Amino acid sequence: MSETLVPAQPDTPVTAAAKEGAVVARTPTQLAWRRIKRDKVSLAAAVFILFVILVAIFAPVVCHIIGQSPTSQDRGDHGLTLDGVPVGPSRYHWLGTDEVGRDVLARLIYGSRISLIVGVLATAFELVIGIVVGLLAGYYSGKTDTLLSRFMDVVLSFPFILTALSIVAVTGPSLWVSIVVITFFGWSNIGRIVRGQVLSMREREFVEAARSLGAGDLRIMRKDLLPNLVGPLIVYSTLLIPVNIVSEATLSFLGLGVVPPTATWGNMLAGSADGLYRVAWWYLTFPAMALVLTTLAFNLLGDGLRDALDPRADRVLATK
Amino acid sequence: MSLSIEKSEAGADLPRPEGDVLVRLTGVVKHFPITSGVIRRKEVGRVHAVDGVDLEIRRGETLGLVGESGCGKSTLARLITGLQPVTKGSITFEGVELTKLGRRQMTPYRREIQMIFQDPYGSLNPRRRVGSIIGDPYDIHDVAAGDERKRLVQELMEVVGLNPEHYNRFPAEFSGGQRQRIGVARALALKPKLIVCDEPVSALDVSIQAQVINLLADLQKEFGLTYLFIAHDLSVVRHVSDRVAVMYLGKVGEQAEADELYGHPRHPYTGALLSAVPIPDPDRAASKRRVRLYGDVPSPINPPSGCRFHPRCPKAQDDCTTVDPLLIPAHGDPADHLTACHHPVEDGEDLALARPSISQPDPVAEAPDLPTADSLADRRTP
Amino acid sequence: MLRFLVRRVAFGALVMLIVSLVVFILFYVASDPASSFCGRTCTPERKTQIKIVLGLNRSYPRQYLSFLNHLLHGDLGTSFVNRISVNSVIKSGLPATASLALGAAVLWLLMGIPIGITAATKPRSVRDRLATLFALVGVSLPSFVVGLMLLNLLFFQLTTHGHPWFPPSGYVGITDNPLQWARHLLLPWFTLAFITAAAYARLTRGSMLEVLGEDYIRTARAKGLRERTVIYKHGLRSALTPVITLLGIDIGTLLGGTVVTEQLFGLQGIGQSALNAVHNNDLPVVLGTVLVAAFFIVLANIVVDLLYAVLDARVRLS
Ligand SMILES: Nc1ncnc2c1ncn2[C@@H]1O[C@H](COP(=O)(O)OP(=O)(O)O)[C@@H](O)[C@H]1O
Ligand code: SF4
Ligand SMILES: [Mg+2]
Repeated sequence: MSETLVPAQPDTPVTAAAKEGAVVARTPTQLAWRRIKRDKVSLAAAVFILFVILVAIFAPVVCHIIGQSPTSQDRGDHGLTLDGVPVGPSRYHWLGTDEVGRDVLARLIYGSRISLIVGVLATAFELVIGIVVGLLAGYYSGKTDTLLSRFMDVVLSFPFILTALSIVAVTGPSLWVSIVVITFFGWSNIGRIVRGQVLSMREREFVEAARSLGAGDLRIMRKDLLPNLVGPLIVYSTLLIPVNIVSEATLSFLGLGVVPPTATWGNMLAGSADGLYRVAWWYLTFPAMALVLTTLAFNLLGDGLRDALDPRADRVLATK
Repeated sequence: MSLSIEKSEAGADLPRPEGDVLVRLTGVVKHFPITSGVIRRKEVGRVHAVDGVDLEIRRGETLGLVGESGCGKSTLARLITGLQPVTKGSITFEGVELTKLGRRQMTPYRREIQMIFQDPYGSLNPRRRVGSIIGDPYDIHDVAAGDERKRLVQELMEVVGLNPEHYNRFPAEFSGGQRQRIGVARALALKPKLIVCDEPVSALDVSIQAQVINLLADLQKEFGLTYLFIAHDLSVVRHVSDRVAVMYLGKVGEQAEADELYGHPRHPYTGALLSAVPIPDPDRAASKRRVRLYGDVPSPINPPSGCRFHPRCPKAQDDCTTVDPLLIPAHGDPADHLTACHHPVEDGEDLALARPSISQPDPVAEAPDLPTADSLADRRTP
Repeated sequence: MLRFLVRRVAFGALVMLIVSLVVFILFYVASDPASSFCGRTCTPERKTQIKIVLGLNRSYPRQYLSFLNHLLHGDLGTSFVNRISVNSVIKSGLPATASLALGAAVLWLLMGIPIGITAATKPRSVRDRLATLFALVGVSLPSFVVGLMLLNLLFFQLTTHGHPWFPPSGYVGITDNPLQWARHLLLPWFTLAFITAAAYARLTRGSMLEVLGEDYIRTARAKGLRERTVIYKHGLRSALTPVITLLGIDIGTLLGGTVVTEQLFGLQGIGQSALNAVHNNDLPVVLGTVLVAAFFIVLANIVVDLLYAVLDARVRLS
């Protein structure tokens, strides 16, 4: 009986060393990169985002090329009709004009700057605050964690638009107020994610190993915890940017964001909502498309990145 | 490549004065409070993970520490490496009391005491390159930086049998055995005096276990290391240890020189564990029957009164339920063969026939649920 | 359970206290309420007088205590602009806001949950991908864009083509005329529901996938139960727990004012009055609305936590 239990050893010395060498060399990053490269939708989204970014950066150049400016009113026939109604897409104004005869395309191009600045800056600030608070809460647990987590709960108890309303009521609207308000309401999402990840990572042996080597808390957070947060944080930042872009547009739309005559997509849509949508379809359609396509691109990319970075993505496939 | 790591080879070349104690544990206790309540945490109980352990680790030796999983081995390892504070008791390293040291004062001893972890996957940060992981100790203790560090790390990699060219790879690119070598290299970096090996091979393929054990033995010879070698598997420990301590529910039940312990087990628990180990010698195997234990391992939250082995012990008597036995020599054993038992096993006694004089729960089928691994013969690599 | 309730309520009260402190600082310390009250044509004498009348000449802590005292008696203050009590402003806005929020919630549940289930029962299939796309588009669409599109297509285009089915704006009380009530709210409901349904579809899919992978579901399958029974009877019940959690919080948030939708469709709800108050510099109304909205959020969180505890216990028992 015992003989049959002993596995027959092959004659050829398949040594353990040879067996060990057979491990496929793939890092998580490489795997993620391979997955994302196969994901056409994410690639297209990334290309579109890149396009918007370039347009925003080179807005003056692009506007110079198309020969339009975002603020000057076309007082000729191509700007407004004799009744003072905006003119639709034409050879002169490719995407038409707005209620005072400004070029819609030029305003869209400049509006992308505001959207991206607010979207990216607010996300960056949210990341910084969220990472710091989440790391502290997750790493120190106990009282620190209770305090910080409760603090995040309190922040989440403030109604976003209404609090934004009241802050703007006091400070008056501006770009920076928009960024601050959006950051204030967004960082706790990051904080919670980071805290959760750190909580589960804190008990991992590599953290203990670092501690047993004499590494201090700061070093452990920086060198051992942070690198493992990069994946989820990339995904969440990509998904937060469109949320923040929409938040900015909403504030602008309500007249609480960047003040006209500065062109923002939200301001343009607010003009449309004032009744212009009845006479100038282009003034509703194009800003709406710019906004929706940009946010959709970020969401698609974020979704693709999540699949690419999430090791469980394979598991779902495997079970099917 | 056979398992040529008999203890005589491992330590025989080193002068080993009997009294040269590197680490001494006296009455070491670690309790984990169990709390409930969110606003006000109330303690509702405590896990008696380590509950009064006296132990000495001698310079240059390998002390094996064996016990079922959950008996407090890893906790003890964390206490010795200073990863967790003790609840009570004293741990001295070369005569210096460690338990009272602050974080700063502890730093020099962090260099002297290193640890190898059980899980070769969990103990290496998946997002860092191997060179950076192994170089960590140099970085943390400001030993070397830049090219110098790289050179040292690559030397280490060679010493533990890794290809130094794999310096820039990530842990995921290595197999379990290779990862454990990375862990060994990291532990070795600062030339420590003591390495606590917490089940360093339990997670590895049987065929690879021997390689890592051989590596550890070679390194011990080369660098004069002292090991605390933890396992839940008596057969592994037997072949690497000079002395062996057997733990049960947070306490040491018996400790002795390896041969002494395996030849003359005194504690009924040791006897039961040994009866479950496959013995290469067929004659002795035939004479040994597996000892039946009663019930399950009790919870460390409410350890049994008196001798904490009594609800499962085949030799339990009335006094076992009330009086906690001292860890002392039994039956005229040598001075360093200590047993905590009121009714120690006699040489030649058949534990399988012993019956307790107190009422016990129904015996479970076959004694200890210790994984017996496979016999050593199976583990040998071809 | 009772202790849990007490603890949750205590924390809720603490949150409300913090919110009140923050808005107090924002409105009474960081800004100048006397000037707001005084309006554009203000003289220093009049301003001093106002300060005395409003009690703004007292120290900040005393002002806060008196502010808190009024709050505890359910008094949110008086509008600077038309001297109406803030309580009645809120009370008159609540029906429109509540109708909007609750109706939209029904709609988005009806849209989101079936889509989520469909996607989860066949992951990685075409319909799953379509559902994912729907969810992503929905998440990417700002509510005012949806609203504007609905206004353009369903109100303006239909009306100019002689089918005035949908009114552009206004609110009709449900007790006045239930039919008109629904007709006026249909577009706003869809506006709110469309963007929210996307999130619910995603959540339902995710939690459904998780539940379907659990042991007891596999046991149910192994027992040979019909797939429909497994999914709807065993899976859905526990999969919907997180959905209900989100629903509670969303409704709580919306009850405090659906500013964008109300503004777009001219519904005189809480959000609309808050927005008007901001533009009129009517600080007490803004402040009162923020407090009421925060109160709804806190309340919703408590209700959801309780519900969750009950549901979770039931799921585990069954
Ligand atoms: N951080 C902790 N908090 C609470 N209980 C713990 C903790 N660490 C270990 N324990 C408990 O202490 C006991 C001993 O655990 P451990 O030392 O890991 O055992 P071993 O390594 O022998 O398997 C177990 O019951 C375990 O659940
Ligand atoms: S003291 Fe009693 S119960 Fe404990 S091991 Fe010895 S005989 Fe068994
Ligand atoms: Mg262990």
